[in-house]
Amino acid sequence: MQRSKLGLDFDKVNYAKDVSRNIADNVQEFVESYTTVSVERTLCRLLGIDGVDNNEVPLPNIVVDEIKDKGVLNQGVMYFLGNAIIETGLNPQQVADKMSAGELDITQLPSHTVAEAHEALKPYINNCIDRILARKAKRDNYIDTIGEGPKPYLYVIVATGNIYEDVIQAEAAARQGADIIAVIRTTGQSLLDYVPYGATTEGFGGTVATQENFRIMRTHLDKVGEEEGKYVRLCNYCSGLCMPEIAAMGAFEGLDVMLNDALYGILFRDINMKRTLVDQYFSRILNGFAGVIINTGEDNYLTTADAFEEAHTVLASDFINEQLALIADLPEEQMGLGHAFEMEPGLENGFLYELAQAQMTREIFPKAPLKYMPPTKFMTGNIFKGNVQDALFNQISIWTGQGIQLLGMLTEAIHTPFMSDRYLSLENAKYVFNNMKNIGDEVEFKEGGIIRTRAQKILSDSIELLEKIEKEGLFSALEKGIFADIKRPINGGKGLDGVVEKGSNYFNPFVALMKKN
Amino acid sequence: MSGGLYSTNSNEFDKTLDLTKIKPYGDTMNDGKTQVSFTLPVPKGDEAIEAAKQMMRKMGFEDIQVVFVQELMKGFTFFNCYGSSIHTVDYTTIVVPKVESTTMDMHETDDFIREHIGRKIVVVGASTGSDAHTVGIDAIMNMKGFAGHYGLERYDMVEALNMGSQVPNEEFIAKAIEMKADILLVSQTVTQKDIHIKNLVELVEMLEAEGLRDKVILICGGPRLSHELAKELGYDAGFGMNKYSDDVASYMAQELDRRINQ
Repeated sequence: MQRSKLGLDFDKVNYAKDVSRNIADNVQEFVESYTTVSVERTLCRLLGIDGVDNNEVPLPNIVVDEIKDKGVLNQGVMYFLGNAIIETGLNPQQVADKMSAGELDITQLPSHTVAEAHEALKPYINNCIDRILARKAKRDNYIDTIGEGPKPYLYVIVATGNIYEDVIQAEAAARQGADIIAVIRTTGQSLLDYVPYGATTEGFGGTVATQENFRIMRTHLDKVGEEEGKYVRLCNYCSGLCMPEIAAMGAFEGLDVMLNDALYGILFRDINMKRTLVDQYFSRILNGFAGVIINTGEDNYLTTADAFEEAHTVLASDFINEQLALIADLPEEQMGLGHAFEMEPGLENGFLYELAQAQMTREIFPKAPLKYMPPTKFMTGNIFKGNVQDALFNQISIWTGQGIQLLGMLTEAIHTPFMSDRYLSLENAKYVFNNMKNIGDEVEFKEGGIIRTRAQKILSDSIELLEKIEKEGLFSALEKGIFADIKRPINGGKGLDGVVEKGSNYFNPFVALMKKN
Repeated sequence: MSGGLYSTNSNEFDKTLDLTKIKPYGDTMNDGKTQVSFTLPVPKGDEAIEAAKQMMRKMGFEDIQVVFVQELMKGFTFFNCYGSSIHTVDYTTIVVPKVESTTMDMHETDDFIREHIGRKIVVVGASTGSDAHTVGIDAIMNMKGFAGHYGLERYDMVEALNMGSQVPNEEFIAKAIEMKADILLVSQTVTQKDIHIKNLVELVEMLEAEGLRDKVILICGGPRLSHELAKELGYDAGFGMNKYSDDVASYMAQELDRRINQ
């Protein structure tokens, strides 16, 4: 039995996990019977279809849109591509090229059985699995040979809009000690129903996520990592309308950390809940198989809701996200469940409440590399105070053993970080982490004190909320605005027209191949 | 030690305050003391420090001290510097356009609307264009508000619709027409490459094309916006940092009163 420094009742924790499991199972029942345009495009990519036509339309979109236009998306691309390979003797990429040229209609070919279509695809399926495993082995080898930094991993963002400029910013951060480089996406990309192609140099508030940009950054970080004697992880974003596609690109290009949270997309990007929960399932299978740590976006609730009053919603969402990840066979060690240091700085004893919650989250998800978000909402432009806020945040992280420390920037709320901002931020974290390294082993919390009481209350409140969600079902709970005070109708939001119920010929062999259980 | 720190030399500058010639204040009137930090794209070394000093001189400083030097990576060096500004500003001739309204609290504003307008005023707000940030519009509009200032949704006499983020200008205008909005609130948080300016100007142009510009009170807000910039772009008012829902609501009510009743 795990000992709690907070006097948490682990029977309660286990109960909360059981309730969350029911909520997740209920969602999964729906997810199993549906597919989406982005899941189908992902399958195209996994079979090796890549590139764009003269109008910059990605070939996976061309293939899937054609099947959708013909009204047979429910049968899935795997069936039609397998069938086309048998009939034409072409490989998937060549089939896509022909379709793009208007020379082939794969829905009109003589049809074979599902088993035959599957058989015809096997070389491409196996090739894909081998490719992802090789990429994963490369990471494992780096970690075994050159090693990695200790946790909490120091995570910083780059966001110049130009991948080549990002590379310079990332190198500087890596040389100053960063463990994870996150390339922020250009604003609005989450709402694109396709993934742009090639190296890009224009973006707003971030850089376009493309497979080529992933490759450019990963290649450079490998080089810097070899020189610095430390593997440097690369992070990008799955969330949005292309969750599984970007997860597939990340698996091919050796991404290490990916934001992956349907709830975030539903609440903050108004993406349709059916669409993104179906997308999320396959994207988490891909992330899990590729050894990618997912980051969930609970911290964002607190940018709209109050961090003190709504702390239990963050925990409840972490519980649900954990179960949804387990269903996709994503190991606990890859669950970067999110939470944040976002209480109003004027709150008396705010540090104690933050400490209580961080310790509580640590104890409830003991194996997860928790993603801890810095203060953002109450950063004011007073960079000097901001640096102190970030230092308090860093203290809690080392004290409670967080996994991934999204470093606060003293210039938060002013601009995307300068190279020097990142330096100051890394220096702050390294100083605090070293200077307070074992404080968590030394300090106990007073029985009946502020910290224990706070943690116990948040756990109880979150159980109450989970019971309510279990009764309602997640879809209905989202309709009623239970998270972050935001209401989302089940048939509203973006991307619903890309969701279909699976037909009789539908198959996706990757699910079984990538899931261990 | 080049002047300054622990210096016992008498400072020769005039220490009396003259508002026609103000300077930064460190610890003595007119000392001009200023802290500056920046990065130069050169390797760390004596030449880098000299380059930083020359940069400071060109920025208008004397008595320059480079107090901290750090190589960020090969070829990039970060500096913290101090200097005394040689420039002065005439404070007495400064004129800054301001939003002309008296800030009232929520109840006062509700009462003002009841008395002067006699019906609920209709406000449609959004973070428009590709901007995905709702923090600004939420702070002004959401029930809960921000930092103790309740948002417009909580006002009895305001019918408020927050359309959220990434709302295209077309959709925003369509909703304004549908709801017969009195007030349009546009929030812009992302400012990289001046995308907020393009977005804000586009909205004004579209409203003009639809013949709607004069029928609504058009307000923009965001951390990098000012009233002056807003006026320049064709808005009725702009609210920047440290402005809350009270400020916006008071202005809306009073400006609408001016338009209807005067």
